[in-house]
Amino acid sequence: MGKAWLDLWVGLFVVAGIGALLFLALKVGNMSSVNMADSYQVSAHFGNIGGLKVRAPVKSAGVVVGRVAAISFDDETYEAEVVFNLDSRYEFPRDTSAAILTSGLLGEQYIGLEAGGDSVKLKNGDQVKLTQSAVVLENLIGQFLFSKAQEGASNETAQ
Amino acid sequence: MIAPLRLIAKLGRRTLEAVSRMGLAARFFLATLMRSGVAFRRFSLTIREIYFAGVLSLVIILVSGLFVGMVLGLQGFETLQTYGSESALGVLVALALVRELGPVVAALLFASRAGSAITAEIGLMKATEQLAAMEMMAVDPVARVVAPRFWGGVISMPLLAALFSAAGIFGGYLVGVVLIGVDEGSFWSQMQDAVDFEEDILNGVIKSVVFGVAVTAIAVFEGYDALPTAEGVSRATTRTVVTSSLVILALDFVLTSFMFRGV
Amino acid sequence: MDNLVEIKNVTFGYNARPLLKGINLTARRGQVVAIMGSSGCGKTTLLRLIGGQLRPAGGKVVVAGQNVGELDTNGLFQLRRKMGMLFQFGALFTDMSVFDNVAFQLRERTRLPEDIIRDLVLMKLHAVGLRGAADLMPAELSGGMARRVALARAIALEPLLLMYDEPFTGLDPISLGVIGNLIRRLTDTLGLTSIVVTHDVQESLKIVDYVYFVSNGTIEAEGTPDEIRASTTPFVHQFVHGEPDGPVPFHYPAHPYAEDLRLHS
Repeated sequence: MGKAWLDLWVGLFVVAGIGALLFLALKVGNMSSVNMADSYQVSAHFGNIGGLKVRAPVKSAGVVVGRVAAISFDDETYEAEVVFNLDSRYEFPRDTSAAILTSGLLGEQYIGLEAGGDSVKLKNGDQVKLTQSAVVLENLIGQFLFSKAQEGASNETAQ
Repeated sequence: MIAPLRLIAKLGRRTLEAVSRMGLAARFFLATLMRSGVAFRRFSLTIREIYFAGVLSLVIILVSGLFVGMVLGLQGFETLQTYGSESALGVLVALALVRELGPVVAALLFASRAGSAITAEIGLMKATEQLAAMEMMAVDPVARVVAPRFWGGVISMPLLAALFSAAGIFGGYLVGVVLIGVDEGSFWSQMQDAVDFEEDILNGVIKSVVFGVAVTAIAVFEGYDALPTAEGVSRATTRTVVTSSLVILALDFVLTSFMFRGV
Repeated sequence: MDNLVEIKNVTFGYNARPLLKGINLTARRGQVVAIMGSSGCGKTTLLRLIGGQLRPAGGKVVVAGQNVGELDTNGLFQLRRKMGMLFQFGALFTDMSVFDNVAFQLRERTRLPEDIIRDLVLMKLHAVGLRGAADLMPAELSGGMARRVALARAIALEPLLLMYDEPFTGLDPISLGVIGNLIRRLTDTLGLTSIVVTHDVQESLKIVDYVYFVSNGTIEAEGTPDEIRASTTPFVHQFVHGEPDGPVPFHYPAHPYAEDLRLHS
């Protein structure tokens, strides 16, 4: 095995291996989570975050505009405090509302932003005031049963 | 001593031998790391070992990857069809390969092909007194023979695992999209959505590096420690494959529980 | 002429049982010394003690004025440059050509440029008669040729001491003659000291200056070849004349024969 041949084959092997890694990283995987170098941080309080996890997407009009950075418990207001990074390319008005939504029926949860109309924009460190907690299934079922029971009762009294 | 007591004594003796052998292996591993200077300063030595460990394993890795991917495509389609989620086939194939099958199966194949070859080579060099001759010429056999093979294996392993995963995804694509007719667009787009670079791909690479270190360390140690007879060498190669396989699977469990802990 | 190698009262054992129980041996510069004895008596162990691969449990091994057992790694490194060893079957590096094998020490231990190394390698190969075989691989060599290449490799750095582990084993008569002749000639022309471990009595008595006989962990007998041939010591006599029975018994220790065949009266 001549030395030149050896080097050639090893070189090809290493190039192929790195090529495979690049293929996996770019075509197979989701690289957008890495390209958030230019971002600003915003926080929001929620009564219940449901199944929201760190690194969950923040979407507006269905497009990913940021990622959840940290979730903690505020023991003064007894609410959850969620800190998320927003892509610097996108600015949102100060009266934007944030809601915890579910993708699909049983999918993972994300934060949906609905832009408001204020001319002043959110800056790094600002807080989103208008929030909507996650829908908790048990409460929903409880509400449904309760409203059904009420309907039944009012029907009876009507008769 | 009556028979049951003798058995227990034997068990105790065996355990002590195994533990002292593990200590020997750990010291040998440290010595290999510390004397790796030559392997990098004269990199041509390591390049030669990358050829023998990595390039010569390409065929088995690529072919196996392709077949594993194709089977994943078939089986995945079967199961997903019952939930009407065939378009998620790309997700299934990609995640299974990148997270688990790529690193683990590639490491198992590497252990049987390259690991056993390294053990046999070093064992034979010991049996034919080549290592002793090197020592008499004041050339450290650990630095000159063992370290380049160790680093050759560690460098080859992640590349082989990536190639395995890539071949597998291609196999899944062949079966799912080309043969069966799953929608090509959703195959790739759902895959891209679900596979995260840091969580899945990076973790897979870390796994393959850890496996590479484990397999190659075991292979060089068994070769160096082999009894200098034909039987000794053959037993050492068998031990390499068996021990490597068990260690890979055990490490896989440990690493997975660290990495994918309720994401 | 002073002593290059001195072994004084050396004791050694691989495990609890002592193998060498007090060896005294000297080799002067320019001498070819043979160490003989039956298999497993510790001859190869002696070579390893001289080379520093093993440390004696007791006594001293002195090579070129230095106590080998007390040298640190660096000291051993320097000392081994002055020693060469020929292993029993050559121990050539199977993944390199003959040329690369002989060049190995030159490339690893010196910074000589390649063209000088080439000349040196060809000169060493010429000395053993194998200059034309420089491009062959070890697998293509016969036993005798492999040993000659190993000899060329061992003298690459012009050592002061050469050790031979069973150089005559398994060779045809012509190769035996060649190797014996080479050992004597190299020792004389290069001014080395050679220590030959062997049990080939006929070949070695032709070329050596002094013989030591190892048995039961000590030197049982020593002398010049003529003295050894004429020796009446039972062990030496049995060894030199190849007698099947004598101090080294024919029968492995066992029960009385009659008892084993159950011939009781």
